[in-house]
Amino acid sequence: MATKIWVILQQQNGELNALSKETLAAGAHLARLTDGSMEGVLLGSGIDVLADEIAGEIDMTALHVADDPLLERYTPEGYAGVLTGAIRRSAPDYLLFPHTYQSMDYFPRLAQRVDGVLVPGVEAVSEEEGSIVWTRPVLGGKLQSRVRVKTDFVGRPVLASIQSGAYSGEEAPSGTAARSPLPVPADEIGSPREILAEEQAAEDEVDLSKANVIVAAGRGVGGEEKMQVIHDLADTLGAEVGASRPVIDNEWLPRDRQIGSSGQTVAPKLYIAVGISGAIQHLVGMKGSGVVVAVNKDPNAPIFSVADYGIVGDLHEVLPALTEAIRGAKG
Amino acid sequence: MKIAVCIKQVPDTEARLRVGPDGRWIEEEDLPFIINENDEFALEEAISWAEETDGEVTVFTLGPPRATEALRKALALGAAEAVHLEDRSFQDGDAISTGRALAAAISRGDFDLVFTGSQTDDLGFGATGSVLAEVLGWPHAWLVMGVELDDGEEALQVVREMEGGMNQRIRVPLPAVIEVQAGINHPRYASLRGIMKAKRKPIETPSPSDLGLDAQAVGAAGAGLELLSVSFPPSSEGAELIEGEPEEAAAALVEKLEKEARVL
Repeated sequence: MATKIWVILQQQNGELNALSKETLAAGAHLARLTDGSMEGVLLGSGIDVLADEIAGEIDMTALHVADDPLLERYTPEGYAGVLTGAIRRSAPDYLLFPHTYQSMDYFPRLAQRVDGVLVPGVEAVSEEEGSIVWTRPVLGGKLQSRVRVKTDFVGRPVLASIQSGAYSGEEAPSGTAARSPLPVPADEIGSPREILAEEQAAEDEVDLSKANVIVAAGRGVGGEEKMQVIHDLADTLGAEVGASRPVIDNEWLPRDRQIGSSGQTVAPKLYIAVGISGAIQHLVGMKGSGVVVAVNKDPNAPIFSVADYGIVGDLHEVLPALTEAIRGAKG
Repeated sequence: MKIAVCIKQVPDTEARLRVGPDGRWIEEEDLPFIINENDEFALEEAISWAEETDGEVTVFTLGPPRATEALRKALALGAAEAVHLEDRSFQDGDAISTGRALAAAISRGDFDLVFTGSQTDDLGFGATGSVLAEVLGWPHAWLVMGVELDDGEEALQVVREMEGGMNQRIRVPLPAVIEVQAGINHPRYASLRGIMKAKRKPIETPSPSDLGLDAQAVGAAGAGLELLSVSFPPSSEGAELIEGEPEEAAAALVEKLEKEARVL
């Protein structure tokens, strides 16, 4: 098929984010599947040093660099504006984005603008009977779906974002890339969005990143008044209490207890996930944990696929028993 | 202010899900359906904005006949009227074909502001609101955790989530599409009076041609993506499941954590 694959790299303050490396690994994989060539795209301001580093480290046909003061701060119109022109000129077949909040903020607009096909949140890419099949989570991550571009849409640019953990950054191919400048059309990238301030979402009074043991509560606990079993287990273990997003949104715990992509990233020796189904947004915040225990009533909950030990059952029966057993073991 | 809100009715993912007979989607029969969680917060945001600005809310949904229930709930909560893209040709699209259809429906009204949720709990594209904004040619903000009026009625100040627990405060001129996150407010409950009044409020069901759209450009026909199958993730190399009554299982787990994993 001989395709042209673009990997849109994301940098902040002159540093590449980790998921961009993983997206390069995905791009290399897609290039092998489609007999394609991979090219990188880097946008920002004052990114010359970073661009040289990447061009000296990653095996790509080209590295397109838009380095311009107008791109100093990310705006959806700025990024989509530069890429729209670039896509129209060079007609890449695939554009892979790291599945970050920043990519998700602008690449759906870009896909609509270039009349492309949009595939957000990809966990795996494969080739089946001559077409590329994308695997992505649905139903809150409880199931995965396989999707492909419909025959009558083949030939349009496919814009996909790659989930964290789907590929290993170490598999980004080593080598070099030829740098080429990407035009920044000042009149097409003006943004109505004005950036006023950036601030910490919550004053993190609790630093969960240093905790040795964490008991984390999820929606399955069922209510603020039912949280006592969580606190009892944590007290017995000398553990910190954490939570997935729904618990925080429902105010069963304060926001500085949130673990996941919009909360804290933790790496305790022991992580006990209670009533947490295991949406990807939560998993990215706790995947560095040592031993993971999951308690959930649903045997199909994705949390069990990242856990070392699991108990399928009613957490309101299992947790008191567990607290008792730990008290007993500690004598 | 004249406010539009886009909501979707989705399966309750807390229910026990099963893969349907054709393997392409889940079995929907007997499944409870609810308003998508983020969209409930969008609805609350829309209604309270309308109250504060002496405005009015029109609620939009794209979905099969069962989605009328979600619209009735929105009307009971305080929306003034509803638009239901119910025609068969609108259904089973992707984020792009759905965003285009909603944009066509919304562009018929003279709206100042569109609210919707950042992501749905079914297909989870997280993109429909942004596509809608692009078609309308309006600015958008995604993952919004706070909205205030900036000077006069010309612009909003919006707090959007960024990576790593950071928030960004931005100024967005109106009209705009605001895609909210769960947790932005406290959704209200419907009153009995609201429920009674909702029964008399109008629900319009325009066809693609009413919106000036080709039936081939919306829904499944207008979607670039085709869903091949859904399945449960392989229950993998993952967890060693510990069986038994709660007491037995707890005791066995504690022993493993002590002796095998050595973390107690």
